[in-house]
Amino acid sequence: MDSTITTDAEDNVWGGGNMPLGASYGKMMMWFFIVSDALTFSGFLAAYGFTRFKFIETWPIADEVFTHVPFFHGNYPMIYVAFMTFVLIMSSVTMVLAVDAGHKLKKDAVIWYMFATIIGGAMFVGSQAWEWATFIQGEYGAVETKGGRILQFVKADTGERAAISDFATTIASEREEHEKRNGVWYYAGEELPAYTVNEVIAGFKEDTNLLVRTETLNEEGEKTLLTRAASIEKLKNATEVVIGANLIHNEYGSRLFGDFFFFITGFHGFHVFSGVVINLIIFLNVVVGTYERRGHYEMVEKVGLYWHFVDLVWVFVFTFFYLV
Amino acid sequence: MAHEHKLEIFRGLVKFKNNTQKIWGVLAFLSLITAVEVVLGIIKPPVLIDTDVAGMKLLNWIFIILTLVKAYYIAWDFMHLRDEKSALRRVIVWTPIFLVIYLVFILLMEADYIYNVYKDGFISWNF
Repeated sequence: MDSTITTDAEDNVWGGGNMPLGASYGKMMMWFFIVSDALTFSGFLAAYGFTRFKFIETWPIADEVFTHVPFFHGNYPMIYVAFMTFVLIMSSVTMVLAVDAGHKLKKDAVIWYMFATIIGGAMFVGSQAWEWATFIQGEYGAVETKGGRILQFVKADTGERAAISDFATTIASEREEHEKRNGVWYYAGEELPAYTVNEVIAGFKEDTNLLVRTETLNEEGEKTLLTRAASIEKLKNATEVVIGANLIHNEYGSRLFGDFFFFITGFHGFHVFSGVVINLIIFLNVVVGTYERRGHYEMVEKVGLYWHFVDLVWVFVFTFFYLV
Repeated sequence: MAHEHKLEIFRGLVKFKNNTQKIWGVLAFLSLITAVEVVLGIIKPPVLIDTDVAGMKLLNWIFIILTLVKAYYIAWDFMHLRDEKSALRRVIVWTPIFLVIYLVFILLMEADYIYNVYKDGFISWNF
């Protein structure tokens, strides 16, 4: 029987020389982390699916929510998200090229590819911030009913959405916004909405070209339009004007839609952000030649695994949030 | 492991000369799938929407399958799972797949049940 005892600890089984499944310790641990993180994201997406199946007949249509492209006006569903997807896949490619260059010990190539990866990641995070800002700001506005359902407004002749700011009348309000300068004993007063429910309803009654659109999906998978009479009847239930989105109300439909949007894309965006930071650290290490001296670029490979994982998650978020 | 790459994709149908070429090839394929998804998402062909398969629109099934295809190529070629030992690959892939199918099955069944409770009017919520 051969003796396995050697003086060199690196080759010794108990000295760390053993590599189960042919993967080094660091790589194995990165895979452990990725598998557990994948389960976390699956939990979120499954919860999204749960909520959506629960409200399958009233869930917002993503195509009608995400229609904006920076610097362009008009209705471009999906285009910008597709662009973001492409940016992330592209940065995944430069990352895998960096890993490949690392195997060949080409330091300069690794530097440039990692630099490109970081730029791609930063572009993605920036795009997501813009997407959030657009979502929060809102476009048309809607009213919320007693039951927390959203009623949107549509022009009867063209079928286009009508913005509250275009048709709401101005009624002199009995209440003024309470500001700090108005009193010594100032606590934050409740903010006045830009338009009150009465102003919206009055404006709606004046413009006979307007109809109410409910959350309910009809058989063609489109939101149900009410008749003029039914619209005015429905508006009696309105309690609040909603413009844009926050964690409690959003003008797009089900409240949970906004919550899941913020939570899932936010958690993913945080992953991208931390991925960029980790990439930056490894990038600096490559620049100062740490891995050149070490003789291998395995750290680049490990951070690469994380970066591809972030891309992988986005592929699923893209499908379940924007496409399906 | 680190320096050897399997250069065949599509079960050997396409073989690349070196790893760099394979990376660009996979990128082209992934971009193509994304483009198909976006075009289908914008056009929404009525045929695919009207056909129901196992309780879901055919179009949604196509999206999910295309997503899994993309995920496969990201994991296999970008994350180098293709080059790892098959035991490691199986541990990484089948564990989440099993758990996710289990979770999704339970949650979606339960959600459908709640949907029916709402629909049958046991709880009034749409007012």
